[in-house]
Amino acid sequence: MIPLSHVLLLSGILFSLSVAGIFINRKNVLLLLMCIELMLLSVNMNFVAFSRYLGNLDGQVFVFFILTVAAAEAAIGLAILVVLFRERQSINVEDLDTMRG
Amino acid sequence: MFTNILFYAFGALVVIAALGVITARNPVHCALFLVFAFFTSAVIWLLLEAEFLAVTLLVVYVGAVMVLWLFVVMMLDIDLAKLKQGFTRYAPLGILIALIVIAEIAAVEWVRNLGLAPAAPPVPKPAGYSNTAELGELLYTQFLYPFEVAAVILLVAIVAAITLTMRRRPGQKVQDINRQVAVRAKDRIRIVKMDAEGGQ
Repeated sequence: MIPLSHVLLLSGILFSLSVAGIFINRKNVLLLLMCIELMLLSVNMNFVAFSRYLGNLDGQVFVFFILTVAAAEAAIGLAILVVLFRERQSINVEDLDTMRG
Repeated sequence: MFTNILFYAFGALVVIAALGVITARNPVHCALFLVFAFFTSAVIWLLLEAEFLAVTLLVVYVGAVMVLWLFVVMMLDIDLAKLKQGFTRYAPLGILIALIVIAEIAAVEWVRNLGLAPAAPPVPKPAGYSNTAELGELLYTQFLYPFEVAAVILLVAIVAAITLTMRRRPGQKVQDINRQVAVRAKDRIRIVKMDAEGGQ
């Protein structure tokens, strides 16, 4: 029997690794998006684990919706990235300072 | 017991894959490590008896989203050396934050135990139980409205991706079908009346 806290800990490790990835790869938009995908995966793992240990399928339905939204996000994010690269010939975050943010 | 061993083995593989995603120098390698992470997570979800979602993760994520990802990574001609500058500068901060987050989550999960009985094992499913059928029933009854909203979100994503990436180059020579169909014979040729030549 897999203990619930071990699954949660695994997903916590995954989440914090992707947070670290955002800090480490903070120049490359492509890798930032990949780290966000990894975060969504770890959150989904939490949902799946709780759905199993509480005997309630609602968690899995939520994972289904999160997968949908993540796919839409990946498609739009990559489209924006392609347009960005076409305009600037670069995906470096530091070049994207038009709005003085 | 065997399930436990499998869980720890695949959990270690997921962590290795995540480390690969955040440290690999080449974006293609990053994407492939991410595929590895999704694949291994699908196995863990199978161990957690979420069969339908495990297969969905493989088909939708590895099959569709990551292929799209690899297309984009290979299409963009990225100057890798420039993007990797400052890699080690921010690595200590990233590692520090990762350790803090891990410690916090571990503390919450072990000390508080989330109010759940730690030893309560989930009820084993009866033979002939279908995760897909149960999930489908839930999705088409209780969650029908969110399901339709999800479909609309996907449609919006399609429209957004196409409108964002479609471009019209100036000076491009393309057919204008409307004008071609609407053309009439008298627009095309001009009949000029003139006297015949010759007979000097």
